[in-house]
Amino acid sequence: MDGPGRDPSTFPPYLYEAYRATVRRSPKQPLIPLPQTLSEITGPGPAISAALHQTVQGAVGAEDTDLTTNMGTGTEAMGERIIVTGRVLDEHGAPLVGTLVEIWQTNAAGRYRHRVDQHHAPLDPNFLGYGRCLTDTNGVYRFVTIRPGAYPWQNHPNAWRPAHIHFSLFGPSWVSRLVTQMYFPGDPLQPLDPIFNSVPTGAAQARLVAQYAHDVTQEGYALGFRFDIVLRGPRATPFEPFEAAQRATR
Amino acid sequence: MSGRALTPSQTVGPFFHIMLREPMNALATPQTAGTRIRIEGVVYDGDRAVVPDAMVEIWQANAAGRYRHPADLRPAPLDPAFVGFGRCGTDERGFYSFDTIKPGPVPFDAQRVQAPHISMLVFARGLLDHLRTRAYFDDERANADDPVLHLVPQQRRPTLLAEHRTDAGRVVYRFDIVLQGDRETVFFDL
Ligand SMILES: [Fe+3]
Repeated sequence: MDGPGRDPSTFPPYLYEAYRATVRRSPKQPLIPLPQTLSEITGPGPAISAALHQTVQGAVGAEDTDLTTNMGTGTEAMGERIIVTGRVLDEHGAPLVGTLVEIWQTNAAGRYRHRVDQHHAPLDPNFLGYGRCLTDTNGVYRFVTIRPGAYPWQNHPNAWRPAHIHFSLFGPSWVSRLVTQMYFPGDPLQPLDPIFNSVPTGAAQARLVAQYAHDVTQEGYALGFRFDIVLRGPRATPFEPFEAAQRATR
Repeated sequence: MSGRALTPSQTVGPFFHIMLREPMNALATPQTAGTRIRIEGVVYDGDRAVVPDAMVEIWQANAAGRYRHPADLRPAPLDPAFVGFGRCGTDERGFYSFDTIKPGPVPFDAQRVQAPHISMLVFARGLLDHLRTRAYFDDERANADDPVLHLVPQQRRPTLLAEHRTDAGRVVYRFDIVLQGDRETVFFDL
């Protein structure tokens, strides 16, 4: 039941001093290895997906995969329209079907619709900045949105976050849970960004950068980007009925 | 099929509240079976300052100890009025809370049972990956035999015990989360 846990060549360390907020928020004690019990090989993903599917009956798409209109004002958001799509896979390459993908991002000017965001860039009254969808039978998600802007932050002098889209996924188990950020190809701010650089290897960093995809680009409408996501899976198989196992040992 | 390299994690950042358009911290409805409890606490950093921009998620079994998940094949009944997932952002005092029910015990392996517990994840600005912990109940006798608590050095186990109190007739468990330093919460690698 024990396993490798967090892979240090993929996942950032909790303490990464160049990202100042980690200094007081990273645990100092070693993490304790936890066997994957029924509590970890289960998780809310399937139930959340089922509930979402039921409440909106396929209308998830209509409401929340198009961030250029899902503010519901009837007017389209400002900015460069883009399509972001990709597959959600497990570590064996199998597609994760019907899994919830949530995204949130700034508007074209680099401003979040959020009370704490003090960046003096304009809010777009027609842009919410949040979207969600369920992956289809091939594990594919797809959003239409606008290209987010870079924004300044307080981490160090003249600090700017490269343009990014935040992603949140549940996957099939508690082990699969992932919150990450997607970046855009060719952004000169990436090598200057401690959050991006906290990912320990160049190969792992590259997995956070979407690829421009001309086959996704829609003529006369929007540029396409492809961003695949690979989630950890549980190591254990479904849990045997406990009662039966108990009887067998008697 | 060939192995695929995993996607790295990144911080949730300070602006995740856009995700919390509807409250997600009331897990129990009037129809839900089980003992109503509130689990609540404050998230602290290494300076013992409150963390006002954390997001806490929980996952738990129902009152009968069954998870709403296809990998839980046991005959214990599902509760149609309970999913077992919650999400809550901390407020300016670093405070989070969930209104739920006390979960039943779940198996550890074919022989051993785990004490009732709630799985918990902590996300925040400054956390490049989420932290994973568990809240146990300090008035629960089964804790003494819990196989996971036994993996934790004895002097650190109290950080995993939510403290029982009764508040205006309501059962409340206090579970503070200390990200760093004195009485640092036990976080797991899994
Ligand atoms: Fe951001």
